[in-house]
Amino acid sequence: MLLIHCPYCNMKRPETEFRNAGAAHIARPLDPATTSDAEWAAFLYLRDNPKGIIAERWRHAHGCGRFFNAIRNTVSDDFVTTYKAGEAPPETEAFASEVAPGSREANATGKQAETAL
Amino acid sequence: MNSNALMSPSVRFSLFNLIKEGLSGNAGWPRQWRDPEPQPAYDVVIVGAGGHGLATAYYLAKEHGIRNVAVLEKGWLGGGNTGRNTTIIRSNYLWEESEALYEHSVKLWETLSDELNYNVMYSPRGVMMLAHNIHDVQVTKRHIHANHLAGIDNEWLTPEEAQEFCPILNISHDIRYPILGAALQRRGGTARHDAVAWGYARGADRLGVDIIQNCEVKGIRRDASGKVTGVETTRGFIGAGKVGVVAAGHTSVLMGMADIRMPLESYPLQALVSEPIKPIMPCVVMSNTIHAYMSQSDKGELVIGAGTDQYVSYSQTGGLHITQHTLDAICELFPMTRRLRMLRNWGGIVDVTPDRSPIIGKTPVEGLFVNCGWGTGGFKATPGSGHVFAATLARSEPHPIAAPFTLERFTTGRLIDEAAAAAVAH
Ligand SMILES: Cc1cc2nc3c(=O)[nH]c(=O)nc-3n(C[C@H](O)[C@H](O)[C@H](O)COP(=O)(O)OP(=O)(O)OC[C@H]3O[C@@H](n4cnc5c(N)ncnc54)[C@H](O)[C@@H]3O)c2cc1C
Ligand SMILES: [Zn+2]
Repeated sequence: MLLIHCPYCNMKRPETEFRNAGAAHIARPLDPATTSDAEWAAFLYLRDNPKGIIAERWRHAHGCGRFFNAIRNTVSDDFVTTYKAGEAPPETEAFASEVAPGSREANATGKQAETAL
Repeated sequence: MNSNALMSPSVRFSLFNLIKEGLSGNAGWPRQWRDPEPQPAYDVVIVGAGGHGLATAYYLAKEHGIRNVAVLEKGWLGGGNTGRNTTIIRSNYLWEESEALYEHSVKLWETLSDELNYNVMYSPRGVMMLAHNIHDVQVTKRHIHANHLAGIDNEWLTPEEAQEFCPILNISHDIRYPILGAALQRRGGTARHDAVAWGYARGADRLGVDIIQNCEVKGIRRDASGKVTGVETTRGFIGAGKVGVVAAGHTSVLMGMADIRMPLESYPLQALVSEPIKPIMPCVVMSNTIHAYMSQSDKGELVIGAGTDQYVSYSQTGGLHITQHTLDAICELFPMTRRLRMLRNWGGIVDVTPDRSPIIGKTPVEGLFVNCGWGTGGFKATPGSGHVFAATLARSEPHPIAAPFTLERFTTGRLIDEAAAAAVAH
């Protein structure tokens, strides 16, 4: 069982008090009428699913009831940090190095001719 | 070592051989597959030597004559979810597309031991799925009707009939989630997980497929036009005309190497076994509503599983509270298990799609194919999945049964929504 720090209650509480709510910082398209099918698919279904650092949403369902975000390592399940909803993801070193190579922008275009390797 | 120089000796398993070896200390069995060095290039490279990858290679060689094939495995063959699952086999899914796919697989299970000359211990002992509330009863009956339209066996049992089929079942009205009835697929059952991987490995190896273990794929190489030319591995570059990724929980990582984002999330799924006891359990019983299922292995261990953990993880472990929740349900459904000790528990990483159906087919990158998203329920599909994926790879066109299970369905909206059908493990 994970111990999770709620940034509102400012306490570490057991995982059973929380609900995971999936990847964080996925913005709903602002203008549905001009959003393409591919953009809807990306918003609704495509996920980074990283082996390493993930930004994800949690809800302190059996505590204060509020949503917040967390940075966690999906290999060790260790939390790097948690922060309040609406705040930008903190520039932690681990997080920055994960987002840089093969970032979402690069993946979304899918046009790179050759991989770096 | 040249991979073709050393084909496995063709010893067939037979009653005569078993008796002969039994009398001579079982010392004369040859090794079942080679351990070849990678060749510079292959027509097809399969990434992942789980049951699905090995079955794909077997059918590529057997049915399509494509034998210049390698299966690359970062660990040991069958060491992923294939070796970690609870082996429930059934085909009573809701939608026609799924019924066709899983029933194709069940039909292959029925003759698989003969096909491979390897005892995969397929045991159609019946799979019973319990209903605990009005919603369950309605959904279950809807499944039964849908299955009948597709010619798939599935029948409704009253609580008393369910208990007759599985005498240790608690059908008392006084429990928190009393049993209101059940669906029974008699042709459903179990098989031996390792034997399936080993049988396909042996079969593929004999047809000339190189199975290369301890060989992790680290990159996917493409030419200027974007077409796949091979894979970078911990044992060097290996060229390939076509690459098929069959990597279960690691699919997103591999597809990321070709800049493709997938509609997948990887979760831990746990299982556990009890100490071995005398036979008490004649079938498989599942309850999706209270998150538990159980069967008994031939060794006598009760094999128990349930739902996934709630967060994305590659840790191959999970929270103890998930296991405890499962055992609470098991103790209520089967009161006689209350004083049993559990021997081992473990986790696998399952790749879950938004509609809980697999993805089998082409990708936006030419020469790159994927077979994934089997999530919590792909063991049952091992033969069928390998069979239709091999055809898809061979022809560069989806096999008719695989055709609905494209990656594009998440853009077109033509989902195959089995999520409501069995959102828990299966
Ligand atoms: C606890 C548990 C219980 C389950 N119970 C059932 C059940 O009762 N019934 C059912 O039908 N299904 C069940 N499943 C699901 C089932 O196990 C899977 O859907 C199925 O086994 C997947 O087979 P596979 O061959 O695709 O994957 P795997 O057997 O996981 O094979 C994928 C292989 O790819 C390899 N790989 C990954 N990355 C790389 C790389 N970069 N390079 C080289 N190789 C790589 C892995 O090492 C692995 O061996 C269960 C799963 C779990 C975890
Ligand atoms: Zn809180």
